[in-house]
Amino acid sequence: MKKHLISALCLAALAAGGAKAQLEGEPFIHDPSTIAFSDGQYYTFGTGEGGLVSADGWTWHKGGVRPGGGVAPDTIRIGDRYYVAYAVGGGGMNGGHASNVKVMWTKSLNPKSPDFAYHDVGIVASSDGKEPCDAIDPAFLYADGHLWLSYGTYFGYIRMVELDPATGQRVAGNQPVDIAIDLEATALMYRDGWYYLLGTQGTCCDGPNSTYNIRVGRSRNPLGPYVDNFGVPMLKGGGKLVWGAHGRGLGAGHFGLVDLGDGVEKFSFHWEADMDRSGRSVLAILPLIWKNGWPVGQENLRPGTYEIQSERGGALELAVDEVRLPFDFRKSWFRNPADGPDKPLPDQTLEENSKVWPKGQIAVDMGDYMVRPHQHWTISPAPGAGGYMGAPYVKITIAGTERALAATPAGEVITVPAFTGASEQLWRIDQLSDGTYRIIPRGTPDPRAPLVLAAVGRSTARLVRFSPDSDAGRWTFRLP
Amino acid sequence: MKRISCAAAFAASLLLAPLCARAAPVSASLAPYFAPVTTPSASPDQDGFLRRWLVLEPIAKPNRSNQGFTSVYVRDAFAKAALPGGPTAIPRDGQTIPMGGQSLQWHALDAGLFDAKLFYLAQGLGKPTYGVIFWATTIIESDREIADAHLAVGSNSASMWWLNGAETAALFGDRRMVVDDAVSPRVTLHKGRNILRGAIINGPGLSDFCARFVDDAGRPITDLRIATR
Repeated sequence: MKKHLISALCLAALAAGGAKAQLEGEPFIHDPSTIAFSDGQYYTFGTGEGGLVSADGWTWHKGGVRPGGGVAPDTIRIGDRYYVAYAVGGGGMNGGHASNVKVMWTKSLNPKSPDFAYHDVGIVASSDGKEPCDAIDPAFLYADGHLWLSYGTYFGYIRMVELDPATGQRVAGNQPVDIAIDLEATALMYRDGWYYLLGTQGTCCDGPNSTYNIRVGRSRNPLGPYVDNFGVPMLKGGGKLVWGAHGRGLGAGHFGLVDLGDGVEKFSFHWEADMDRSGRSVLAILPLIWKNGWPVGQENLRPGTYEIQSERGGALELAVDEVRLPFDFRKSWFRNPADGPDKPLPDQTLEENSKVWPKGQIAVDMGDYMVRPHQHWTISPAPGAGGYMGAPYVKITIAGTERALAATPAGEVITVPAFTGASEQLWRIDQLSDGTYRIIPRGTPDPRAPLVLAAVGRSTARLVRFSPDSDAGRWTFRLP
Repeated sequence: MKRISCAAAFAASLLLAPLCARAAPVSASLAPYFAPVTTPSASPDQDGFLRRWLVLEPIAKPNRSNQGFTSVYVRDAFAKAALPGGPTAIPRDGQTIPMGGQSLQWHALDAGLFDAKLFYLAQGLGKPTYGVIFWATTIIESDREIADAHLAVGSNSASMWWLNGAETAALFGDRRMVVDDAVSPRVTLHKGRNILRGAIINGPGLSDFCARFVDDAGRPITDLRIATR
C-alpha cells in the first residue's frame, strides 16, 4: 500500500499545533480507525502506535494506547470487548507485500481504567508476499450475528474473512473470499439488508496532490458480489463516489461510520492535506446521508442566511405582527394604461419589518414563509464555542441584526436582543441521514440523546427530545 | 377561514359581494354541530378534545378581512368586549349579559365534532356569522395535579386563551383552524377545578376552534371531566 512508503514522514508530522480547520485541538492522524466510545471518551487509532482522544468528538488530542505498531487499525465493540485489528508488514514497505492482520481486545480503551488491558488474539489473516493480496488495512463489520473482516490494498484483491465474535479468532475452516480490486482502506456497513463495501481509490500520501477519494459498492451477501450504482462489480474496479476533496481538504480516505443513533450518521476519515494546517494529515468528521440506498458524504451547513423551514410546514420566525407590503390590490386583477410599464417591487426591508418588534426578548413561532426579514436567519461561526462529533456550535441570529435564537430553562425558544456567547445562545446543526437537519442547543443535558428544536404544534416550536420516528424535529435550510 | 376559497371567488367578491351575502343558507337547528348539555359532566374525546363549552352569542365586530388581526388589534378588540365578573367567572346557561347595546345569551353546549363550529352556532341562533367575536368558557376538573400540561388550540381566525385567569395561548393573524396550531408553554392543571376561557374573532369565514391539553410528549390528556356549572 502506497501510503506506507512515506508513513514515517506522516508520523513525524503528528505533533502538537494547529490553526483553524474543521476539528479543533491537534487532530493529526493518518488512517484513523472507526471511532469508538469508551468510558465517556471517543477514541480513534491510526498508523503507528497511539491515536486521538476526545470528550466531545470535536476537540481532539493525542492520546489512547494501541500496542503492536503496524498500520491502519480498526476497532469494534462487541459486548464488553473492544476488538482492535491492525496489520504488521506489507504495504509495499521495502517492496514487500507479506503481511499479517492481528487482533487483540480490551474491555476499555481508557488507559486509566482498571479494565484497560490488551489481550492478544493472534493472526487472523495474512499474505505471503507473492499472492495477489496484501493483508493490511483491516476493517470490521458485526452484522446479523456474524463478525466480518475485510482487508487488502491496491496490490491485488480486497478479501473478506469471518471471525468468531466471541473470541475474535478466525472461524475454523473459513477461507478468504476476493471481493474487490483497486481499493484500500476498506470499511464495511450493513443497512436495510444491504452490505456496503467502502474503500479508498486514488493516490495516497502525497499531501495536497493526493487524489484519495472514498468509493462504495453494495451486495445482499457479505461475500459479494459488490457492485456500484452503474452495476460495475468492485471486482472489476467499480465504486460509487462517497466523498472526495472539498474546500480546504484534499485527499479523503479511510472511511469510518459514526452512528450517533436517532437517524444521525456521520463518517470519519482523514484528509491527506488540511490546507489550513500546513497540508498535514488530519482527522475529519462530516455528515453522511442516504440517497436511493447509497451513502453520500456531506459538508456541514455553511454559514449564511437561510429560511429555516419545518418539515411540519412553517418557517421559523419572530412572533411579531405582520407588516404589510404597500400594494394597490386592484393591480393584481385590473390593469390601467395609466399604471405604466411593469416594474420590480422592492422586498420589505429590515427597517420596515422591525418597526413593530418589541424590545427585549421576542418569542419565536412558525408561520407561512413570506420572504420577510423576521423569517431570515444567519448562521455564523462562534469561535471558541466548540462542537460535538464533527458539528460546530454556531450562533443563529436574525439576518442583519444581533438578535439571537436562545433556549430557556423551561424548554422554550426565544430570541434575545444581542448575542453574548452564552451557552443557551449556541446551537449545533446536525444533518440527519435523510438530508434534513436537527437543531440542538449546546446546553442539552445529554449530547448523545439531545433535546432539539421541534415543531410541537403547527405554529409552535419548543425543545423536546428528538424522535427519529417523527418529523417534528426535522428542518430544512433554504436560501432566501 | 381565510381568503374565501379560491382566486375566482376572490375576484367575484369584488364585483358580486351583495350576491354572495345572500347565498348563505340559514338553519334554525344547532344539530349536528351542537346539542344542549344534559349531563353533569363530560369527558374529553379519545383524542383529548374538549367538547363541552359555554358559548356567548356572537358580538358584532365587523371586519372585511382577517388580514388585520395583529396582536395589537386583537388584544384591543377583546379588551373592549371584555366579559363582566373577572377572568374566571363562570356564567350560567341561559344567562344574558349586555354587550354593545345588545343582550347576548350564554349557551351550554356539547360539540358534535372535535371542533366547535361557531359559524353554525351563530347561524342556528339567527345571529351574525361574519364579523364577530365569540367568548367560550369551560370547567376542567382533574383528579390529580398535572404539571406538564400544554394547551393546544387551533382557531379560525385569531383567538386568545386564558387558563385560571392567566393568558396561556394566543393565535394572531389570518388563521385557519388546524389541530394543535399553537401549543402553550407548560402549564399546571390543578387538582380540582380549572377554568379555561377563550375568545375568537373572525371577519368573513367559517368560525370555529378546537382545544385540548397534551403532555410534554404531545400525548392527549384525557383523564379529565368537563363541566359548565
